[in-house]
Amino acid sequence: MRVERAINASVSVRDLSLNFGAVQVLQALNLDIAEGEFVVLLGPSGCGKSTLLNCIAGLLDITDGRIFIKGRNVTWEEPKDRGIGMVFQSYALYPQMSVEKNLSFGLRVARLPKDEIAQRIARAAEILQIEQLLQRKPAALSGGQRQRVAIGRALVRDVDVFLFDEPLSNLDAKLRSELRVEIKLLHRRLQNTMIYVTHDQIEAMTLADRIAVMRGGVIQQFDAPQAIYNRPVNRFVAGFLGSPAMNFLEGQVEKDGPYLRFAADGLSVPLSTYAFADGAPPAPGAAALGIRPEHVSLNSGDGWPFSAQAVVEVVEPMGSDTLVWLKLAGQKFSVRMSSERAPQAGDQVTIGFDPMRASLFDAAGDRL
Amino acid sequence: MNIATKSPTIAADADGDTGPRGPKPKRTLSRRNIIVYGTLLVAAIYYLLPLYVMIVTSLKGMPEIRLGNIFSPPLEITFEPWIKAWSSACTGLNCDGLSRGFWNSVRITVPSVVLSIAIASVNGYALANWRFKGSEFFFTILIVGAFIPYQVMLYPIVIILREIGLYGSLSGLVIVHSIFGMPILTLLFRNYFTSMPEELFKAARVDGAGFWGIYLRIMLPMSLPIFVVAVIIQITGIWNDFLFGVVYTRPETYPMTVQLNNIVNSVQGVKEYNVNMAATLITGLVPLIVYFVSGKLFVRGIAAGAVKG
Repeated sequence: MRVERAINASVSVRDLSLNFGAVQVLQALNLDIAEGEFVVLLGPSGCGKSTLLNCIAGLLDITDGRIFIKGRNVTWEEPKDRGIGMVFQSYALYPQMSVEKNLSFGLRVARLPKDEIAQRIARAAEILQIEQLLQRKPAALSGGQRQRVAIGRALVRDVDVFLFDEPLSNLDAKLRSELRVEIKLLHRRLQNTMIYVTHDQIEAMTLADRIAVMRGGVIQQFDAPQAIYNRPVNRFVAGFLGSPAMNFLEGQVEKDGPYLRFAADGLSVPLSTYAFADGAPPAPGAAALGIRPEHVSLNSGDGWPFSAQAVVEVVEPMGSDTLVWLKLAGQKFSVRMSSERAPQAGDQVTIGFDPMRASLFDAAGDRL
Repeated sequence: MNIATKSPTIAADADGDTGPRGPKPKRTLSRRNIIVYGTLLVAAIYYLLPLYVMIVTSLKGMPEIRLGNIFSPPLEITFEPWIKAWSSACTGLNCDGLSRGFWNSVRITVPSVVLSIAIASVNGYALANWRFKGSEFFFTILIVGAFIPYQVMLYPIVIILREIGLYGSLSGLVIVHSIFGMPILTLLFRNYFTSMPEELFKAARVDGAGFWGIYLRIMLPMSLPIFVVAVIIQITGIWNDFLFGVVYTRPETYPMTVQLNNIVNSVQGVKEYNVNMAATLITGLVPLIVYFVSGKLFVRGIAAGAVKG
């Protein structure tokens, strides 16, 4: 049954392990990516996301496990035979070759007929709008143009799967957001499977059909961006996604009549509307309550299942909206709100939120 | 409010101020410059004076040399010593000058340089990009080889060459030079290729190029500076070699350095200082030309790869 599922998927990773000497980088990792899906591998530096991508590309010899691409076991195949194209962070353009030669290198190595090569280059150049750059050397291109050529190099090879290894990290912020949109358009036009590695959560949220959040060589959560954002499976995922970061209040879950409540230093949050992960309420014990700054309202009247008084400590205007920092139950707490109604530092305010939108984590950091 | 008042103040300052503006005046004769250039001048004289004496002496006739003024320029310039050194100076057995040794040296140097660099560059490329099990150990062994004194290996190599029938031949010496160039050259190339972005190599692999494809089409075109460095190191090293030349060749295949020694040290008749000077200059000409022609590339290559660990 397992193998059958692997055949239907575009890329399947089965029990993949990779050791560098005694260091276990990836441990029995499983991943199934559907045909035409845009999957982002997201995580902090050193979490193994680029390593996983290199394993899929065949640039690293794995210690154990199997890799399927289009249902074919490619575990021991050379990168060129896997039907993949790869785009690197540093562009990795061959400096001594013109753009055209860069694009055609793989095709010339594969000894494709000349007119076929010309045709494919013309198509890729048209898609990426680099026709006028074909005769230039990489040194004469800007960063954005170089990355376009690098994408083109994957494009001309007519591959099933595109692999992106932090392709936008070397670009400035403005160019990054421009190329982000272009990559999304490219995916819509080509409908290829794409696997994209990044540590930038904005890129992950905007591009992905599904995000795999990684940490320490283990996939923590693999789900649609909104699902990961709203229902993170553990405290690491909750804290890693979202900017400004999620608030965490340390406290404990207690019995409250027929229901449960979250209590922390004089604070009591009713959990009657909270959807527990297992469906059944957990046993009382130490816990952390996470709530995103944008899910908290400030001075917006009554009617919230939970509300409390607090004093504003710092106000950070960010243009479109303002981040208000306050102390709640002796712990740091932030509220994101529109700039017009922002309070001043020192003001006494009332905050309120719906526990339905909160995330509860147990002492081990797993979602309750 | 603060900002609004600040910027006009700066503008007024810039208009009214009499502070520095435009190019900084050059101080030609500061104390620091005098010390720096003075030291450089003394060092230059120290190194150039012997060369001057050699050139001047080689252009004098014997009677003039006997006058004993070694620093005075020649009263009458003659190229006779140069011609004699090249074509008719005696080395004991034969009297056809340095020309024979020159061509021997060419026939030793060219194949040694080509062979050693060809092998060492592939070695370095493999060690940098195609790590195999035990590649670090292999590299360590190779580097240790660079620290073993040549003298220790002289006699074993004599026996090896005799056994394979190459003792005394030029090809035997070429092999010896190629082997002894291996540690330092491999280190040089490995470090250079290691300094190249790894993603370039990965991209070429994804594009389907193999071991030789990547080496010839991606790495080689990018490594001209390091090849120039390697060529210079090898040409000067092999051309200036005396020890291997005298041990592993026969008199008729002696390289130029050995022959120069024989000319200068032959003790029949009068010491012809002018011929000796000319012969020395001719022998040193090849490395000198190599340095002058490729000096800039040499520095660039050293900066690009050789220094980086």
